[in-house]
Amino acid sequence: MTTGIIAHRSEAVGHDGFAQLLRAEWTKFRTVRGWMIALGAAALVVVLLSFVSASGNRPLFCPTGPSSCTSRHPAVPTGPGGEPVTDSFMFVHQPLVGNGAVTVRLSSLSGAATSGGPVGPVLAPWAKAGIIVERHTSQGAAYAAVMATGAHGVRMQYDYTHDAPGLPGAVAVSSPRWLRLTRIGDIITGYDSPDGSHWSDIGTAQLRGLPSAVQVGLFVASPAYFPSGSNNGNPSMATASFDEISVQGDLPTNSWTGEAIGANAFYPLLSTASSWHRLSRNAVTITGSGDIAPRVGGSIFNGDTGGSIVVGAIPGLIVLIVVATLFITSEYRRGLIRITLSASPRRGRVLAAKAIVVGSVAFAAGLVGTALAEVVVHHVLITNGNYLLPVSGPTEARVIVGTALLLAIAAVLGLALGVAFRRSAAAVVTGIVLLVLPFILVYTLPAGDSNWLMRLTPTAAFAVQGTQPSSPLVENAYTVANGYYPLEPWAGLAVLCGYAAIALGAATWLLRRRDV
Amino acid sequence: MREALHAEWAKLRTLASTSWLLLSTAFLTVGVSAAAVAASSYQPFGYQDTPKLSLTGIDAGQAVLSILAVLVMSNEYSTGMIRTTFTAMPRRLVVLAAKATLLTGAAVAGGIVAVGGCLLAGRLILPSKGFTVAHGYPLLSLAHGATLRAAGGSVLYLVLISLFSLGVTTAIRDSATAIGVVLGLLYLFPLLAQVVTDPAWHRHLEQIGPMTAGLAIQATTELHNLPISPWAGLGVLALWAGAALATGGILLRLRDA
Repeated sequence: MTTGIIAHRSEAVGHDGFAQLLRAEWTKFRTVRGWMIALGAAALVVVLLSFVSASGNRPLFCPTGPSSCTSRHPAVPTGPGGEPVTDSFMFVHQPLVGNGAVTVRLSSLSGAATSGGPVGPVLAPWAKAGIIVERHTSQGAAYAAVMATGAHGVRMQYDYTHDAPGLPGAVAVSSPRWLRLTRIGDIITGYDSPDGSHWSDIGTAQLRGLPSAVQVGLFVASPAYFPSGSNNGNPSMATASFDEISVQGDLPTNSWTGEAIGANAFYPLLSTASSWHRLSRNAVTITGSGDIAPRVGGSIFNGDTGGSIVVGAIPGLIVLIVVATLFITSEYRRGLIRITLSASPRRGRVLAAKAIVVGSVAFAAGLVGTALAEVVVHHVLITNGNYLLPVSGPTEARVIVGTALLLAIAAVLGLALGVAFRRSAAAVVTGIVLLVLPFILVYTLPAGDSNWLMRLTPTAAFAVQGTQPSSPLVENAYTVANGYYPLEPWAGLAVLCGYAAIALGAATWLLRRRDV
Repeated sequence: MREALHAEWAKLRTLASTSWLLLSTAFLTVGVSAAAVAASSYQPFGYQDTPKLSLTGIDAGQAVLSILAVLVMSNEYSTGMIRTTFTAMPRRLVVLAAKATLLTGAAVAGGIVAVGGCLLAGRLILPSKGFTVAHGYPLLSLAHGATLRAAGGSVLYLVLISLFSLGVTTAIRDSATAIGVVLGLLYLFPLLAQVVTDPAWHRHLEQIGPMTAGLAIQATTELHNLPISPWAGLGVLALWAGAALATGGILLRLRDA
């Protein structure tokens, strides 16, 4: 009788691949109930705090006071290219049929800002006074203008985004500016001269489809004024004295009409300051407020700085850093690290697997949280009467995916710090101080000095959330508080990636060098 | 109480991390202050609050000091020593009071060094940035009443922050989560206050936030523009610290260990 026992090789041999390692790390993560709840809490906290932050946003300037825009604000005009623009100014005009020209001498340009502006007269750098040819007098019309500005000399501008420089220097009685605008069909040319006899061509505009009858005349506009280094702007007005006015061409009415275009606009202007006086047959003084320029962002212009998502993302960031740090430091605390490293002696791969797991879950939580937060913020801001500058689909996607990436890479950074310190408190504090403190400092330090913080620290990554448009033709507080970041979005994220890469490298080296 | 103090002092001084955490607080505070002062420059308009600018580093140093406060309590839980402590000293609130007292002493010591270093850095660096007597900025000195208040208030601020952290840790018992909650509460209010544009919200957020209200003590100029007066701001922070300690104390008594 044989007593042989036949052994069945029924169990599969265990594999030691990276996929198994990933599975092991994921199992460790998902079986800790507290961490899974924390992931949900991170997404929830992002939505909740974005909501709270957005609820506190009110537009600062509405036609009859801040409360007049609670549920609807006046329409924001769009220019010929479809971009949102500001089109408010004092217009002294008359119709012109066919070709013609307007010549004028500008002998003084002065201004004043109100409600908290510095004492004494101030002229906004982009205050404008000159000659304009417009398709019609509704807001957002195609136009071409030659003008003297507060601090940028003579300019020729057309269709809100095009600009060409002319004579530099300020306007004064001793150095007047002669301006001329000629219209031939669709083509409008601007000229300037310091003395009325030597003219130079500044630029040419072609306004396609310009009808035969257009509005032509003199205008003054004065945009929101920002005292240097200040985050806040004030409405301002400018007064210009025009004389030696001569108009050639077919003028059906042959009389000037003064009109404040866009007087009830969603823009910080002093519509009460718009006026004009006829001094003689060809001399007028015009006072106006407003601007003819592209629309930019920031709290003074539309009440939204894009900061709600930032404030929402930061508590989510803190929660995810805590979770990522605990993911590794709890192994040290419980002694599980020895089993982990015995099961997978290749320590670099263990760290890589942990980084992939923690980065993926943070990305998922961030994606869900940010997407929901964007919807909530959008709804709340519109309900409170803010104007939301149009954001293209790709930009919106960049904000959501970029924020999720930011949270994921910050979690990986927290993991690396946890390996380096092996104590959770020190790692968490280092992570939070690197990622959140620069924001606090940016708000407390004077505006210009803190740009280096937003370039060199990991907080540069928040540039992915910047959606506010800017324009060199508009003066604005282009600061972090108004949603403008010094770095390009992906460049900022790259700075954070650099920090995370260095931290991971140091963590791998330490993990391999140390005993445990 | 004396035995509890003695025991807690033994624990505090034999822990290696205590001394280097206090040193790091001082270093980080002075370092960030020096960087902030070095990056500033004189502007002809407006009057810059130079003592407050020199004390910017407190924003960073408070984080390291709160690690100390968190570790004082959470180390016992993570090592399991809390059971020994409560067996030896069954009156738990006395234990908490002893920890709070010693933490206050440590925070005062670290705070004085940190604040002194900040003011020294300001005194040395500011004149070279254009903040000279000719421009109307006297050298930073503790003889100036408002600067003395800002400096002393900053030390008190650090004490209250460490007590606040101790209270939160007693309630939460885990070091990483506790430090996350403490820093979250501290940093959230100034961020929120800066982003909202509604002036009423802005003002109220700055009045009730622990960090924003507490740091009002650092202001030496334009006191009428502050959302809350300096000592009232420290009072708000004291309320936060008191509430945290009260919550921690209640949970300490009610829970097992």
